[in-house]
Amino acid sequence: MNEQRISLSALAPGEVGVVRQLAGGRGFISRLATLGFTLGAEVNMVQNFGHGPLIVNIRDTRIALGRGEAAKVVVGRIMNNDQ
Amino acid sequence: MTNDQIPNQITVALAGQPNVGKSTVFNLLTGLSQRVGNWPGKTIEQKSGAYHHNGATVQIVDLPGTYSLTANSLEEQIARDYIIKEKPDVVVAIVNAAALERSLYLVAELLELSAPVVLGLNMTDVAEQQRMHIEPHVLEAALCLPVVPMVASKNQGMRELVEAVDRLASDPDSYDPCRPGIREDHQAVLAQLQQIIAGQAPEPYPQGWVALKLLEGDQEITRIMQERLSPEKWEQVHSILMEHEDAILAVAGARYEWIGRMVRAALVRPTFGQIILTDRVDRVATHPFWGLLALVGILGLVFWLTYAVGAPLQGLLDTYLVQAGAEGVRAALNGAPAWLVGLLADGVIGGAGMVVTFLPILVIFFAALGLLEDVGYMARAAYVMDRFMHLMGLHGKSFLPLFLGFGCNVPAVMGARVVEGQKARLLTILVAPLMPCTARMAVVAVLAPIFFGPYATLVAGGLVGLSLVMLAIIGIALHEFVLGGEHVAFIMELPLYHLPNPRTIGLSVWQRSVAFLKKSGSIILVVSVVVWALSVLPGGEIESSYLAAMGRLLAPLGSLMGLGWQMMVALLTSFVAKENTIATLGVLYSAGEEGARLAGALSGVLTPAAALAFLAMQMLFIPCVATVATIRQETASWRWTAFSVALLLVVSFAVGIAIYQGAMLVGWGV
Repeated sequence: MNEQRISLSALAPGEVGVVRQLAGGRGFISRLATLGFTLGAEVNMVQNFGHGPLIVNIRDTRIALGRGEAAKVVVGRIMNNDQ
Repeated sequence: MTNDQIPNQITVALAGQPNVGKSTVFNLLTGLSQRVGNWPGKTIEQKSGAYHHNGATVQIVDLPGTYSLTANSLEEQIARDYIIKEKPDVVVAIVNAAALERSLYLVAELLELSAPVVLGLNMTDVAEQQRMHIEPHVLEAALCLPVVPMVASKNQGMRELVEAVDRLASDPDSYDPCRPGIREDHQAVLAQLQQIIAGQAPEPYPQGWVALKLLEGDQEITRIMQERLSPEKWEQVHSILMEHEDAILAVAGARYEWIGRMVRAALVRPTFGQIILTDRVDRVATHPFWGLLALVGILGLVFWLTYAVGAPLQGLLDTYLVQAGAEGVRAALNGAPAWLVGLLADGVIGGAGMVVTFLPILVIFFAALGLLEDVGYMARAAYVMDRFMHLMGLHGKSFLPLFLGFGCNVPAVMGARVVEGQKARLLTILVAPLMPCTARMAVVAVLAPIFFGPYATLVAGGLVGLSLVMLAIIGIALHEFVLGGEHVAFIMELPLYHLPNPRTIGLSVWQRSVAFLKKSGSIILVVSVVVWALSVLPGGEIESSYLAAMGRLLAPLGSLMGLGWQMMVALLTSFVAKENTIATLGVLYSAGEEGARLAGALSGVLTPAAALAFLAMQMLFIPCVATVATIRQETASWRWTAFSVALLLVVSFAVGIAIYQGAMLVGWGV
């Protein structure tokens, strides 16, 4: 399985990514980390229309993120040939 | 307080993240014994209550729902300060079994403090629906904490929870939980920090905990320690912190690793993710187009219900309670001085009646809203609206309080508490009075048919549109020029949909209604008496009163809109309560409040252009006194309150003048 580093906002619905890096201020990183966005956590893209906010599933929780916020999360995309 | 002195009194703090069913648990435990107030010196709501068990009185304090105990918000600071400073006998931590790892994060932080914790493993039914199976005993063995499986929405597990609290409170020495350890790579740096701050950590914060919070970048602890440490020592701390800037990620990561180890044996997950009801509903509810359509439909229904059921009730209350009350007072005081009768019948009962007749509409509105909140829809509404709110520098969460403004601006201003970020909260409060509330719409409903006959509905719709457009324009302008264009991060949990709980909704309606009556009732009463006095002093006639003098003073401004002094007086009295506009016009044109007579008296007075200017003004004018009082209370600042009043004064006059002069220019309605 190879991995491609992209920003979370570029992840397509149904795709799974692994959190690799968080950018932004301390408060922002702290809030995301608390919600489960820690290094190595799996994120499942639920809804992403390419504009506006998006919805991800992380640690059994649906989280809505602004596009700008999602752009600060770097994920490794897990290439899945089944989907 | 210690248990030795008062053995029959136990204090329990109820902690939990948002969306874990904490308020349902709190409501079940306390029922109507609960009190709603504010945390000392804060504008955050504090709920407390009590229950009795085994001859002991158990005081429960509901801590704000927070995802962590690292103080990046007021709520988090309140929650952890309560546990550290007030030392409750037991902390009940509620977690969501269907999102176990995430909701255990708060527990991991609670265990770093000394208060004994009982874990309420709530929503086990929801977890089962998703084929997640949790063994409470295995979890209990791993954490070395009492773990009580429960389904609070079905009142299951409450007795066991109460008993677990009782056992722990009566034998606190038995408490020896498995605490999350410090990762090796942090031990050295934490030891270093501890050494520097030795003896400087403020009581009663534990020193090791302070060091950890410094490493996590906790704003409050950082501020406190910077004040307490000597500049040299702070310099040392600061350089360590700069070296480990991303420590929060590592610390949070370590906590989640620990949680992973704790739940590994206790949690069995399905091999494939379940497509659950929430996902299906959300395909529509959070869709940029269908979701918006659904939102409009749902809100339309709420309004229809509010007015279809509430308005007739309001009429009944007015006829049989307020008017009958005023008549009763007049009859009872037959022979008493006229000023006393006027004061009681018009000033006091008029003001109190205003408050009472609003209740049916508010109650229905609060119930509909409580229902939407409880099933989990409100977060979706915020999500769908986020792209629009974004334009104003607000995020989706501001939508809910603003929407409340359609019912009444008072709960809208109070509701701004859910908005994160001081500036975003202030902005929400400042634009909230531009929401067309029921009272303003009631005035339009009476006056528009008089002035515009068959086009009344069109005009009313246009006025609502105008208010919303002005709200957007002012919101954008304030965001850009006054509040400095700060960007607010939009991060929000979308809870799973679930069946509504009548008890939760009932209690929220009850509390919101009581809050409205308490907070606004007294102020409305006082101001309505004052305005009544201004309208009869010195001579007893409104035409020669102080109020009329003020209206005449404003007449030159009114003439720019084709409005006489009577209309300005009507506008002034709307400060007490918006629907006073009608009553005042009734008095000034000696027509009474009855539609037909008022219509006859008014129809010839204003040109259509002036009438439109007047209606637009009364939509945008200074909010009623109750709202202003609430703004003062919520912003805790007279400056911002005055700013809000001045802003709306300027905006309403500007729009009124623009409409009238614009109409004159194109030669319409003159």
